[in-house]
Amino acid sequence: MAEQPLPERQSPLEPDYHPGSHGNFEHGVDVILSEMRPGTILQLAAWPGEEKQLIEIIGKVTGLALPDGAGGGVSSGARAGFGFAPGKFTVVDEAEGLAAAFAGAITPAIGTLTDLSHGRTAIRIAGPKAEWVMAKFFAIDFALPAFPLGAGRSTNHHDIFAQIQRSGPDQFDIYVFRSFARSFWKALCHASEEVGYEVQ
Amino acid sequence: MLITCPYCGPRDVIEFTYQGDGNRERPQPASQDLDAWNAYVYDRLNPAGDHNEIWQHSGGCRAHLRVVRNTITHEILSTAFARGGHKTESRS
Repeated sequence: MAEQPLPERQSPLEPDYHPGSHGNFEHGVDVILSEMRPGTILQLAAWPGEEKQLIEIIGKVTGLALPDGAGGGVSSGARAGFGFAPGKFTVVDEAEGLAAAFAGAITPAIGTLTDLSHGRTAIRIAGPKAEWVMAKFFAIDFALPAFPLGAGRSTNHHDIFAQIQRSGPDQFDIYVFRSFARSFWKALCHASEEVGYEVQ
Repeated sequence: MLITCPYCGPRDVIEFTYQGDGNRERPQPASQDLDAWNAYVYDRLNPAGDHNEIWQHSGGCRAHLRVVRNTITHEILSTAFARGGHKTESRS
């Protein structure tokens, strides 16, 4: 890892990121949109048969106790993690530098670590109409029993791949490719107009 | 048409990519058996009914799947991870 501090990261949403209330908010704001800007976004993958060991390592390094099951995850304060494919996990930290903490722990025999901190943009949607707005984009079941707290899902919207984690009963964190993030953000704002939205 | 991914659960067919007939047996790379290569490249059962297929959940977890699909009704009879190489038995 580089010793000198990294240059300040710029948001790809910047030209279209307008804090304040928008759309049909006269009767109240029903969703809140924000960019999360986590310092670290990692993708961890285990070779076949090494999945449990990788989950253990993630627990030791981050303190996140990931459930061993399809799409299982945890979202707690500064850190979050979830399974998005067989043997593959996304781990997020508010602080930078989590990749270095994993460096010695994941040996080539167990799996791989890819630092996507600069490659993904994290967008949070929260509020009573979050499920409603999300359902316009993704053909998956957003109801709490089908998509439990902490769980992750891999899906896409118009061929833009998205990973979604439920970080609250009415809150979702969406990870999209940085290069498509502004386009997705604009679409998300348009879709939120009818319910009234606030950008924080 | 819904395909139930063993990892992600039921998803719309738009998230999946068809990867071809699942009945093919690829000869060993060093094989000189031209009939076996010919069969691998060209011979297809093309059944009107249950059919072994390979699909990829390309718009989701990206896993390759063995799917048995009825070519007349488009009913998905079974899905499983392709990893492991075990053929999914067709019902017919």
